[in-house]
Amino acid sequence: MTAALALGDDALVLSHRLGEWAGRAPVLEEEVALANIALDLLGQARVLLSLADDEDELAYLREERAFRNVQLVEQPNGDFAHTIARQLYFSTYQELLYERLAHGSGPFAPLAAKAVKEVAYHRDHAEHWTLRLGDGTDESHERMRRGLDALWRFTGELFEPVEGCEVEWHTLHDAWLTRITSVLERATLAVPEGPRRGGWAAGAGRQGIHTEPFGRMLAEMQHLHRSHPGATW
Amino acid sequence: MSGSPSAEWPLWEVFVRSRRGLSHTHAGSLHAPDAEMALRNARDLYTRRSEGVSIWVVPSAEITASSPDERDPFFEPSADKPYRHPTFYAIPEGVRHL
Repeated sequence: MTAALALGDDALVLSHRLGEWAGRAPVLEEEVALANIALDLLGQARVLLSLADDEDELAYLREERAFRNVQLVEQPNGDFAHTIARQLYFSTYQELLYERLAHGSGPFAPLAAKAVKEVAYHRDHAEHWTLRLGDGTDESHERMRRGLDALWRFTGELFEPVEGCEVEWHTLHDAWLTRITSVLERATLAVPEGPRRGGWAAGAGRQGIHTEPFGRMLAEMQHLHRSHPGATW
Repeated sequence: MSGSPSAEWPLWEVFVRSRRGLSHTHAGSLHAPDAEMALRNARDLYTRRSEGVSIWVVPSAEITASSPDERDPFFEPSADKPYRHPTFYAIPEGVRHL
């Protein structure tokens, strides 16, 4: 179940990153919004990982190299604009992907049909913030631009075909780029330039190659379970 | 960012309609930079457990409220007028199905 692991790990890892905002978000209302999104993603991850194997063992006992998430979702939160840039790139991709999976006949169709409504809200949330930060003050515009630029090189990997997902990845990519371009134009931001594939681009998360901050995130996510195996309350 | 955002963002009152046919009821308040974001925050704060089918947000500053000082002229006069309640009237024997 390569695909269940890939999609499940995307959801699990991004959920954990968003959860790191708890207690640190700029305002209480936004903290609740990010936590809601994190919980939606955690729900998706549980279903997907259970399709592959035991969800707890997969989440808490795998080594870094066994995770199949894209590198985009493991990137640290940065400032709020950086998190919103990550959300915009990923939730736009996830919505388009789940729409396609929901209309297919594969094993993910039921989950995708349910999750696509959640993800549409995540994308809407990211779009609204991108518009406000991009078309806001000089500082918010600059921070949003910085986040979008920094994460751009991780977006090429999103469209590497995942084995077991019956999706036309080329049209998925074109639809993604059209949407992102339209949002960024409305937000008075430029679509970043720079490589998304090849030597200077990031990628290979699907093959188990991850970036340096991911190890620290996993250590925090897994240490309790590893210290007290089988503990319950 | 200068100062706390919630100190600068206006306050909004949230009204949620729980089911079709019922009226919107006050659910609480929140801070948001504008009406669109207020709606979204309200969705996250007040309708997570399927409490609603419709949300209104209203700038708190736009609400005109009666003051506690005006309580007597506003509400006292209705206290001794029980005939304004339907229960004041005996139901005639001829009326069924009421």
